[in-house]
Amino acid sequence: MDGVDLQVPRGAVFGFLGPNGSGKTTTIRMLLGLVAPTSGTIELLGEAMPDRAMAVLPRVGALVEGPAFHPYLSGRANLARLDAVDATADPRTARARAGAALERVGLAAVAGKKFRQYSLGMKQRLGIAAALLQPRQLLILDEPTNGLDPQGTREVRTLVRELAADGTTVLLSSHLLAEIEQVCSHVGIMSRGRLLRQGPIAELGVGMGATVHVRTTPSGVATAARVLGRLGLTGVSVDVTDVTAELGATAAEDVTAALVHDGVAVRGLAVTRPSLEDTFVALTGEGFDVAR
Amino acid sequence: MSPAEVLGRRRGATSRLWRSELRLVFGRRRNQVLLVALGLVPVLVGVAVRLSNRGGAGPAFLNQVSSNGLFLVFTSLAVSLPLFLPLAVGVVSGDTIAGEAGAGTLRYLLVVPVSRPRVLVAKAVGSMVFAGAAVLTVAVVGLVVGGLLFGLGDVTLLSGDSVSLLDGIVRGLLVALYVTLSLSGLVVLGLFVSTLTEVPVAAMATTIVLAVTSAVLDSLPQLAVVHPYLLTHHWLDFGELLRSQVDVSSLLGGLLVQVGWVAVAGSLAWARFTTADVTA
Repeated sequence: MDGVDLQVPRGAVFGFLGPNGSGKTTTIRMLLGLVAPTSGTIELLGEAMPDRAMAVLPRVGALVEGPAFHPYLSGRANLARLDAVDATADPRTARARAGAALERVGLAAVAGKKFRQYSLGMKQRLGIAAALLQPRQLLILDEPTNGLDPQGTREVRTLVRELAADGTTVLLSSHLLAEIEQVCSHVGIMSRGRLLRQGPIAELGVGMGATVHVRTTPSGVATAARVLGRLGLTGVSVDVTDVTAELGATAAEDVTAALVHDGVAVRGLAVTRPSLEDTFVALTGEGFDVAR
Repeated sequence: MSPAEVLGRRRGATSRLWRSELRLVFGRRRNQVLLVALGLVPVLVGVAVRLSNRGGAGPAFLNQVSSNGLFLVFTSLAVSLPLFLPLAVGVVSGDTIAGEAGAGTLRYLLVVPVSRPRVLVAKAVGSMVFAGAAVLTVAVVGLVVGGLLFGLGDVTLLSGDSVSLLDGIVRGLLVALYVTLSLSGLVVLGLFVSTLTEVPVAAMATTIVLAVTSAVLDSLPQLAVVHPYLLTHHWLDFGELLRSQVDVSSLLGGLLVQVGWVAVAGSLAWARFTTADVTA
């Protein structure tokens, strides 16, 4: 791990990405004071960790590396256990808060079942319920949709959006890039213990530029290519009926107007931005090897 | 409420933590089975004595059992101390940290947050109360079974004097207290071992082996010089409480050894647990 400084704006949903072994979970463990760095310091919500853990962690809910509960206790009893050990929790509201948290993740019906009888998705939901026992400023959710069915995945997505709308900041670590793309406002990408890039998700692909595809008639491609070149677009390539180029800073509507003006029969025009996956692979590299 | 109040530690938080810990220990089926198994020891000894009239050598106080059921309490404790009680204590105290680490619940406990020293103290309290419950189970079942099989009456002490049954029962409770406190060293030793691993069975086995090793060392006359400091050396000294003139200093000596073990193992557990990385 080297100089990782995650800037997660308040109320943002921050997608924390990286290949296996890139240091995401280690970062989360350090943030939560579970492991100590070999050197250097850690701050969470502006307070030093782990020295200020007792002041900071009550404001943080976390799901770290999968849910873990006492297998022979019921879901409700497991939440009661976590609440009972929380010195800041109000015992008078414990039942109500546990009930509300179970309700929120859709586990109310199986609250009395033993944890070991839960399916993977139910376990995952209980983990999220535990993080919601108290109102939190920050939620750290490590792979929250792991093992969930499509409905569960949608519910978690909705839940994360709701929480963020209430002003809770969410740090979401996941491999499911489509998932991240749908819920996250900000993204950080890690590789080999370093934070390669972070920022609002819309700005992340900027360095890689969008591409414009123009479909026209076979006789129109030459003119179209010329127009695109005149507009200053680079990387113009011509196919039988298609012309492609890097859009750069040019607006797509200007391209259309210029093409029509020069009499090109525009049958189709599409602008594609690199997907999060493209960006991710471009930054962290292809290949199947676990990073060392 | 101000934010400081909201985030501050509430009154009664420690007792809530300890109660939760006790529920965890006593609610667990395995630990309940351990207590039941310990309760069977006096039954077994009592029935054996009842069915056979053969006297002679045997565990301490065995010969007095048939004349007064109260002595079944002391015989059962003497029988349980070498293995059964250390086994029960080793299972529970060895499981404390390693069990939570192995199940992954330790990381969730720590991010609640609970400070690590508080976790350690709560775990020690839970195991210690379980040790007390284990000893009390043997004693109470011993008293009931002894009373049923052999009757209760005035107690003839080891020194030859006779005291009332009530006096005898009070001495029985003091014996149970002494035995419980004698197990404190093992409890904290188990706690320390438990901080070293994420495999609870390994911690339990190691703790039990430590108790057995201590007993083995105690049986080697060549090591007489270290005997007084061994974990198990003074465990059977509770017989002292069955004399009319109780030599308090010898009992305190035995307890002092336990204080020493608690201090050493407790410091090691604290040093290990407050600095260890929690990666499970």
